[in-house]
Amino acid sequence: MLYLDHAATTPMRPQVWEAMEPFASERFGNSSGSHEVSRRAKNALEEARERAAAVLRCRPNEIVFTGGGTESDNLALKGAALAGGSRGGVVVGASEHEAVLESARFLARFGSRAATVGVDRHGLVDPARVFDLVDDETAVVSIMTVNNETGTVQDVSAVVEAVKRANPDTAVHTDAIQAFVSEPIDVDSLGVDLLSLTGHKFGGPKGVGLLFVREGRNLEPLLHGGGQELGRRSGTHDVMGVVGLVEAMELADADRERFRAEVDAERREFEAAVAPIAERTIPEDLASVQHCHVRVAGIRNETLLVRLDRRGLAVSAASACQSGANTVSHVLSAMGMGPEEARECLRVSFGWTTRPGDGRRAAKILLDAVEGMR
Amino acid sequence: MRALVAMSGGVDSSVAAALLVRDGYDVVGVTLKLWQGPNGEAPTAGCCTVSDSEDARRVAAQLDVPYYVLDYTDDFSDGVVDRFLADYVSGRTPNPCVECNRTVKFDRLVDQMQDFECDVLVTGHYARTEHSGGKWRLLRGVDRDKDQSYVLSMLSQSQLEKVRFPVGGLDKAETRQIAAGLGLRTAHKPESQDICFVGSGDYRDFIRSQVPEVEQPGPIVDEEGSVVGEHRGIVDVTIGQRRGLNVAVGEPRYVTDIHPESNTVVIGRRDRLARTRMPIRDVTSVSGDRLPERVQAQYRAHGDPAPATLYMGDSPHVEFDRPQYAIAPGQTVAFYDGDEVLGGAIID
Repeated sequence: MLYLDHAATTPMRPQVWEAMEPFASERFGNSSGSHEVSRRAKNALEEARERAAAVLRCRPNEIVFTGGGTESDNLALKGAALAGGSRGGVVVGASEHEAVLESARFLARFGSRAATVGVDRHGLVDPARVFDLVDDETAVVSIMTVNNETGTVQDVSAVVEAVKRANPDTAVHTDAIQAFVSEPIDVDSLGVDLLSLTGHKFGGPKGVGLLFVREGRNLEPLLHGGGQELGRRSGTHDVMGVVGLVEAMELADADRERFRAEVDAERREFEAAVAPIAERTIPEDLASVQHCHVRVAGIRNETLLVRLDRRGLAVSAASACQSGANTVSHVLSAMGMGPEEARECLRVSFGWTTRPGDGRRAAKILLDAVEGMR
Repeated sequence: MRALVAMSGGVDSSVAAALLVRDGYDVVGVTLKLWQGPNGEAPTAGCCTVSDSEDARRVAAQLDVPYYVLDYTDDFSDGVVDRFLADYVSGRTPNPCVECNRTVKFDRLVDQMQDFECDVLVTGHYARTEHSGGKWRLLRGVDRDKDQSYVLSMLSQSQLEKVRFPVGGLDKAETRQIAAGLGLRTAHKPESQDICFVGSGDYRDFIRSQVPEVEQPGPIVDEEGSVVGEHRGIVDVTIGQRRGLNVAVGEPRYVTDIHPESNTVVIGRRDRLARTRMPIRDVTSVSGDRLPERVQAQYRAHGDPAPATLYMGDSPHVEFDRPQYAIAPGQTVAFYDGDEVLGGAIID
C-alpha cells in the first residue's frame, strides 16, 4: 500500500506516541485537582501549552486546546460572533472547510449576517472583496491559509490588512490546519486573531487540536461546564492528546525544511510522470508543496479511485461525504469548475512518511489504472 | 472472477455477497447513493439511507471485501424520480423500481462494473438466470412469494450475461438462516417496503412537495359524465381505487379512468374496470427474439399471470383471454412462459 492521502490524515510519528504513552498509564491524572497525581497532569498540560506557544510565537494563555480542527473552527466563528451576547456578522471564503461554512450557516439561522466571499479560478480570495464585505457588524472573517482540497495558499496577512482597514474590531480567523506541516506559522507576522490547528495532519493524534486566541479577544464558549481553558472550553483535559499534539508540532516545525525539499521533489517526479494524462488544476507557485490536485480528463474519479485502491494506491477525490460517496466538491464549484470536470479531479497529498521513489511509484500505478479506460 | 455486488444494506444483498465470497469470487461491494433531500440530507427510510449504507459497510467488512459508496443521485433523479413525477402528474401509475433497474442498476452500473474491472454484477434479487442453448434465460425466484422477476423483465441478453442473482435459488427463510449463521448484522433486518426516495411517508405528500401544482381539485364524474363529486387532485387517485372518494352513490364505485388534460376522474361499477385489451409500449424481449403470440401476462408486481395473446405491430397490445381488473397505465407488464420471463412492456 502506498499512502498518498496525507491531507486526509497522517500516521503518527513514533516519538509522538512515545511521549503520549505514559499518560495512558502512570500519568493518568485529571489536570483539575489538588493532589500530586493531578498536579503532575496539570504540569504536563501547561508545559505543553508553553511549548505550543513557543512554536506559534504567542503567549501560553493564547492557546485553547480543543477536540480537533472542526471544534477549533466552530469555536472561532461561533465564539467570536456570539461573544458578549451579540449576533455579530461573519464573512467566510467560499472554499473554506465545511467546519467553517456550516458554522456560518448555523449563525445565519440564528440571526447573524453571514456573507461569503468568492474565490478566483485558482481558489484565491481577493482582499479587496473582503474589504467591501466587512462592516460595523462584522465580528469575524475566516479565510483559510492552505485549502484542504487543492492546496491553494492564501496570503492571509493581506486579508488581515484589508479587514483591519475596514473595521479594526473585526477578528480574523484562519484555518491553518493544512498549512502547518509545510508553512512556518507565526501568528504575529500573519496578524490573525484566531488560528486553528489539529494534530493528525502533521504526525500527531486525532481528536485533539488548538485554537490560538489573541489576548483580549473574548469568545463565547461552545462547551459549558467545569470552566477549563480559562472558561473558553470546558471538559476534562485530554492530557495525553495534548502532549501528543504539541510533540508533533515541535517535530513538524523542526522537520519542515527537510519535509519541503523531499515532498517537493517527489511531487514533481509524480507530476512529470503523469503529465500525459493528468493536469494540475492550480499552478505550482500558488499551491502548497504537499498537495497535488490534478484532473484526469475523461475519467470519473469515483471509478479511478476504485482502480487505484485495487492497485494499492491510497489517494482521494478530495471531498467524501459521511456515507463515503464522492460528491461534487464545493471548493471546485466555487472556483468555477463545472461538475463534470470536478468529478475528474484527484488529490494526491504527500507527507512526512513519503520516501524517495514514492512519486515515481505512484505515477506508475496511476498510469496503469488509467490504461485501457480511454 | 471478480464480482461487483450491489449492496443495499438489506439481508438479501448481504447474503448474495457472502455466497459469492464462499464460491471463491473476488468480491467488491458497493452501495448506490440514489437520493438526497434538497439540503443534501439522506433519506431516513427505504433502501438508500445512511444507516443502510453503514449496515452494508459492516457486512462488507465482516466478509473482508472492499466497499464503496457510489454517487448515483444525478442518474437517479433524472432517470427515476423525474419520470415518476411526470407519470403521476399525467395520471399514470409508474413503477420506480422497474425504472431504477432499467436506467440505473442494469444500465449505468453494468457499464461502471467493467470500469471497476469486475466481470459480473450481482444483486440480491429473487430471480434466477440459466444459460442454455446459447441463450441466457431469466426465471422466477424459487421463493414464489419473494419472486422479483417482474421488476427484471426488461433485461436483455447483453445484460443477463453480466449479472448474477445468487439468492434466487433460496427461499427467504434460508437467506436469513445463512445471514444469521455468518453473524451478519442484517440477518434479522425487516424488509423495506417503501419507495426509497419517498421514505416512510405517503408518496402523495412527496409528489405534492415536488410538484405543488398537482393540488388542483377537479370533478369526479360517473359513466354518463354527470358530476358526482370533487377530488383534491388526480395525484390522490389510482385506477381501481374505491375508498376515499367521498362519493355516495349507494353501491361501490371504482375509479375507472383518469383524464389529466381535463383534470377529471371517472368512476363506475366494478365491471367497468374490466378490460380484455391492454395497450402497451416499449416492448422488450429477454432472448432478443420475437416474442411468442401466446403468453402469460402479469401486470402487477404481485399479481397472478393471466393467459393472453400478444399483438405487435402499429398498436401493440395484449388481448387477455378473460377480463382483467384495474389495469394501471404506467405499470409494467411481464410476459411469462411458466417460470421463464420472456420479456416485458409498459402499459400505455
